[in-house]
Amino acid sequence: MPDVNNRAPIIEVTDIIKHYGSVIALNGVSMQVSAGEVLCLLGDNGAGKSTLIKTLSGVVRPSGGVFRVEGKQVDFRSPRDALDAGIATVYQDLAMIPLMSITRNFFMGREPRKGIFPFRHLDLTHCNNVTREEMRKIGIDIRDPNQAVGTLSGGERQCVAIARAVYFGAKILILDEPTSALGVAQTSMVLKYIHQVRQNGLGVIFITHNVRHAYAVADRFTILNRGQTLGTFAKADIAMDELQNLMAGGKELQQLSAELGGTI
Amino acid sequence: MASLEQKTAAAPKADERVKQVGFVTHMMRRPELGAVAGLVLVIVFFFLTADSTMFSLSGLMTIMAPASQLGILAIAAALLMIGGEFDLSIGSMVAFAGLIFGVILTNFGQPLSVAIVMTMLFAAFMGAINGQIVIHTRLPSFIVTLAFLFILRGLTLVGLKWATGGSTQLRGIGDRVKDSPLLGLFSGDAFKGAFVWLADHDLIDKFPNGMPKVTGIPVSVLWFVVLALAATWVLLRTRMGNWIFAAGGDPNAARNSGVPVHRVKTGLFALTACAAALVAIITVLDAGSTDARRGFQKEFEAIIAAVIGGCLLTGGYGSAIGAFFGAIIFGSVSIGLTYTKFDSDWFQVFLGSMLLLAVLFNNFIRRKVTGER
Repeated sequence: MPDVNNRAPIIEVTDIIKHYGSVIALNGVSMQVSAGEVLCLLGDNGAGKSTLIKTLSGVVRPSGGVFRVEGKQVDFRSPRDALDAGIATVYQDLAMIPLMSITRNFFMGREPRKGIFPFRHLDLTHCNNVTREEMRKIGIDIRDPNQAVGTLSGGERQCVAIARAVYFGAKILILDEPTSALGVAQTSMVLKYIHQVRQNGLGVIFITHNVRHAYAVADRFTILNRGQTLGTFAKADIAMDELQNLMAGGKELQQLSAELGGTI
Repeated sequence: MASLEQKTAAAPKADERVKQVGFVTHMMRRPELGAVAGLVLVIVFFFLTADSTMFSLSGLMTIMAPASQLGILAIAAALLMIGGEFDLSIGSMVAFAGLIFGVILTNFGQPLSVAIVMTMLFAAFMGAINGQIVIHTRLPSFIVTLAFLFILRGLTLVGLKWATGGSTQLRGIGDRVKDSPLLGLFSGDAFKGAFVWLADHDLIDKFPNGMPKVTGIPVSVLWFVVLALAATWVLLRTRMGNWIFAAGGDPNAARNSGVPVHRVKTGLFALTACAAALVAIITVLDAGSTDARRGFQKEFEAIIAAVIGGCLLTGGYGSAIGAFFGAIIFGSVSIGLTYTKFDSDWFQVFLGSMLLLAVLFNNFIRRKVTGER
């Protein structure tokens, strides 16, 4: 396990506030992520997780608070700015196009070109080689980088999306519920890959509803509730069921869990 | 780029885990497969039923002339469909661009070069307006361009009457342009010298006086071929092509990945309108006049050719070379039936069936290719 405490955080937000008109979506959230750690963002629906990641990824601008990337205060105006700062977000809907090939998806929006205008064209050989190599690294057996993304399983697609972000130089990966639609085997594939990404020194912000998935890979947990930080805990300091209770806001769920035989 | 792998794996032997993709699978993955198969079927059909003159050089040119005019529209329509939009105003745009072109030449007395540039600019502008309306209202392009189908057709009628003082046909264009050096690019036949040479050497049919029966290749055919090649290259080998597929496949995903979806779509609408203007210029110069029915129902024919060529109605998949073959199928059937004993009114029946078959086939192939379950 990398020693988190010795590193300066890559992302540090302090008292971030976001108002949508009269709705207070974030009311003073603070968190930080360092290189080589997985921070898990937990919270029930409406806790402000989406707004927080939208803020981090430049989709929305915060109404207040301080947002620092590698010590410097930033003010992202678009997702592009966030990408340029090394913050890549893998959205739930994956930003993958099923009908297009793996290669074309991998390089979408950042296609390398060669040749002179007006004959400038895609460097497809290079693209195919890179794609094949990157897929090989994450252990996905693709027959052919020209096969359509639609032929990959959900877990594989998720991994391709992450691999793409990593390849294009992300320092921080924001993963928005990457395991929510996956089966058991595919979930473990993604979790394994997240672990691998961490070991390569990237910071990962992992958003999930599922405490089990969170507990499997995270180093620290930040729990959001009603737009505020309920607290940040290192893995050693908190047990899984305690986490579950904090996330759901306690009592009722505990009761229900007992009634259902502790299966939630 | 930092390696993700901790253990240093042996240098990748690129093929070791990459099974060779079978030839059949490879072919199946090409969207134009259906069109090629269709064309083969059509050729076999006419080979068995049609008079052999259909397959002579002059028969070929008779087919290719209308096929090429439709094909220019179909290629642009295919790009637009791959980009996820329709344009039902193509046919009306042909008429309207013809009017603009004719008016600039006759009423304003401008030279051919000015008329061509102005017509193209105007068409691009109208196409961009179509695109902007579709993008900003988020209405289906089907509805927006259906409106323009009527608006442009109506404006053409009104404009023609205004320009001619009450007629729906604008004449005298031929006289205005007959000395223009640009004329050969948009009208008549190309490679005439080569055809005379071929006739001299008895390589092609000729009249008793020694002149070839086919004097050259219609320039519209050359435009058609060049555009098909250029569009295919752009689609498959350039960044813009990737963006067109992406914009049609999933605009949100494309935008999240940094593809300027709005610009791509607006550009495609403008391109489609320019293709309509090109057809207008070619046909108006050939006829020497323009009228209100020019381009009538061409939008449907172009979309049908694109669909036969493998374009999905939902966007994100298709090919320009497929549309090329689709247009040739269209031309072969419409002209070819006159070489057979069949009533040529069977044409529309054939066309409808072909369209239905193509859509079914395309859907099947798409499921196969993408492993959709």
